[in-house]
Amino acid sequence: MANVQRLVLDVLKPHQPNALEFANAIAALGQGYRVHVRVLEVDEKTETLQVAIEGDGLDFSLIGAAIDEIGASLHSIDEVSVIGE
Amino acid sequence: MLLKQIKTLLKISRPEEIMRRYFVVNGYDGALTMLGLMMGFHISDQVDLAVVITSCLAAALALGMSGLSSAYISEAAEQRRALVQLEKAMVHSLEESRHAQVAVWIPWLVALVNGLSPLLVALIIITPLWLANSGLALAIGPLPTAMAVALVILFLFGVFLGRVGGTFWLWSGLQSLMVALVTLGLIYLLG
Repeated sequence: MANVQRLVLDVLKPHQPNALEFANAIAALGQGYRVHVRVLEVDEKTETLQVAIEGDGLDFSLIGAAIDEIGASLHSIDEVSVIGE
Repeated sequence: MLLKQIKTLLKISRPEEIMRRYFVVNGYDGALTMLGLMMGFHISDQVDLAVVITSCLAAALALGMSGLSSAYISEAAEQRRALVQLEKAMVHSLEESRHAQVAVWIPWLVALVNGLSPLLVALIIITPLWLANSGLALAIGPLPTAMAVALVILFLFGVFLGRVGGTFWLWSGLQSLMVALVTLGLIYLLG
């Protein structure tokens, strides 16, 4: 079983919730989740984000579901850091 | 839990501005309608207080229902349109997201504000009539007291708008009061 330590995601989201609220929603998914959000592009109705999440044993399915619930869309997984157990 | 969900939906849709506008516009509508009704009864020949109360209550309910239904229909259409546009921009269905919940629940919230605002204002204005009907003696009579309450509420709406717009509160309060007094004058001339 692999232990996911770091993920970098490319995410498209509506302007609301804003980047801070988005980061808070992801960070609230697990204890010790550290979230770094960088806004790469701002369009009329959407924003493209690079979301870096760090923590011990990141739950990708939970993160994906939270992104969906926020109304954002996961475009790609750009970086992954995993430790084998 | 429900409160937290409502707060989240409010954060996404930010309908405070439109709710404030609906609250004032329809509340003002309710107060002025009640004032007009009471002035009409006041200048008419002696009308039974129970008839006045029933008429005012019916008008208040009609204002409430009108506010509720009209705001719901228009806001639901606006929210649905905004959701479809956002889905186009996202190239992705938002049916499972908070944005879809916003399109369902925010129209109800806005409609509730729009409907309750004139209803509550009207009920406050009718209160002196109820008190008089239940035997309480009012110094200037039930109808003038109720009209005075309506004028105070209209003045307060003006003050509130003055504060929202950043203008001098007394001036906007007096402007609002002036509209009410002109309305009273016109009804008086009609009678």
